Amino acid sequence: MNIELTQLTGTLSTDSQADRIVPPTGFTVRLTLLTSGAMAFLAVFALALSLASGRLADRWGGELAKSSTLRISAPVDQVAAQVAAALALLETTPGVASARALTTDEQRALLAPWFGPDVPLENLPVPQLIEIIEADKGFDPAGLRLRLSAEVPGAVLDDHTRWRRPLVQAAARLRLLGWVSILLIAVATAAMITLAANAALAANAQVIAVLRLVGATDGYIAAAFVRRFTFRAMTGAAAGTFLAMLAVIMLPSAGEAAGFLTGLGFQGWHWFLPVLVPPLAAGVAYLATRKAATQVLEELA
Amino acid sequence: MANGYKCDFGVFGVIELDNVGYSYGYGGGELLSDISLKLSPGSFHFLTGPSGAGKTTFLKLCYGALRPTGGQVRIFGQDLMTMSRDDIALSRRRIGVVHQDCQFLNHLPVSENVSLPLTVSGQNTADQGNLEELMAWVGLSDRAHALPPELSGGERQRAALARAVILSPDVVLADEPTGNVDWEMSQRLLKLLVELNKMGKTIMIATHDLGLIRAAKTQVQARVLRIANKRLQLAGADL
Repeated sequence: MNIELTQLTGTLSTDSQADRIVPPTGFTVRLTLLTSGAMAFLAVFALALSLASGRLADRWGGELAKSSTLRISAPVDQVAAQVAAALALLETTPGVASARALTTDEQRALLAPWFGPDVPLENLPVPQLIEIIEADKGFDPAGLRLRLSAEVPGAVLDDHTRWRRPLVQAAARLRLLGWVSILLIAVATAAMITLAANAALAANAQVIAVLRLVGATDGYIAAAFVRRFTFRAMTGAAAGTFLAMLAVIMLPSAGEAAGFLTGLGFQGWHWFLPVLVPPLAAGVAYLATRKAATQVLEELA
Repeated sequence: MANGYKCDFGVFGVIELDNVGYSYGYGGGELLSDISLKLSPGSFHFLTGPSGAGKTTFLKLCYGALRPTGGQVRIFGQDLMTMSRDDIALSRRRIGVVHQDCQFLNHLPVSENVSLPLTVSGQNTADQGNLEELMAWVGLSDRAHALPPELSGGERQRAALARAVILSPDVVLADEPTGNVDWEMSQRLLKLLVELNKMGKTIMIATHDLGLIRAAKTQVQARVLRIANKRLQLAGADL
């Protein structure tokens, strides 16, 4: 590990004279800058996507898991009795922190998006809803359903599992896809930089021959190329990251009503994560160029 | 060994070849066969022979650019076959090489090309005094900032010679160093090589130029070797 670190610091330490031995021009310069810049731009967005998905999964998983709904569907004259029986049953159910029947206004507010604010709820056979807040350990839904079927025949328990689980799974999958995208971007960057480094080394076969003639070791020659490509990749990635962060900042915000797309940016300390993209791109370039240089120098020996 | 020549200057040679053979492996058989030679410190050798006889190959074996397909090459006492590429690179810092087609880094000025061995060996290149002295010695003071493609054939040869000796190597190997220059320039280059030899450097020059050899023999005690029929021979007394 120490040897690797020594090699890395030795390779990357500035040596202005050694840097000059690699010709400064060529299409590989543009290719490396463009590739690392574009990949960094994409990586920042993939990171934003992954972090936003993670937040969404956590929120859905956390908030929704703590509440359940009990729906009482019964003839109008039996509703009050069944609600009272259900509340009494819930009070004695382990894992239930609290339970309360929604008021008429609250039920009206729930229906307002479909029927408007003035729906005459009193004249409609709308089921009564009971909100259940779970204790930390939660309750046993199967056991509760059994007791409800015996004591409150009109009650239907909805612990949100049915629709919460796929949502949480989808968000978690989206987060995973974000990280996979970042990994693929790193692999693609490595492949492109390897290609560019191979082309540069092959195009500079004469330079390598001259350097060998005057006593340059393979490590010295490789370091000169690796250093050049590493700094190019870091420069390109820094530009790509800067542009991507600008783009993220400029995404429209909808405040508290923000949905998934409008909440795609970074929050809190997550804003520091994109700063890691340029050094990571440099690390990928370092490894890719070093491998390419070793291979080409072997072939040219 | 019956037809071969063994140049033996004692127990120690800076470069030694024992029964060396070399084949390029294209199915054409051996280019060099049963070559034995021991180059002692401070010796001066010419290597002659017809085109394609293997002079360049011989020199490449001497500085480790090629590995023998038979026999043994020892460079400063180390068996070439057991030397790593880094070992060979380090040995090159003690062997200055001048090629007929002098290759340079075309994007760097002549002065930086000349000081390249210092750069790659991690030595101080800031001492401009020594570099300027060397550039003056090869008569290139006024061309220090030119790029290699801007140099004439003779200037390139002199720049290559300066580059070959800047690390004060023990051995200088020159492959047709006067091949692209006129008589006057070839005499200037020869004078530089003779001066190096007088400083104790071992010199070997591969050349077709018999006039150059005759001129050298008036200035220095030089041995003339010839490669013919794959073998190394002592050249005739007419030289």
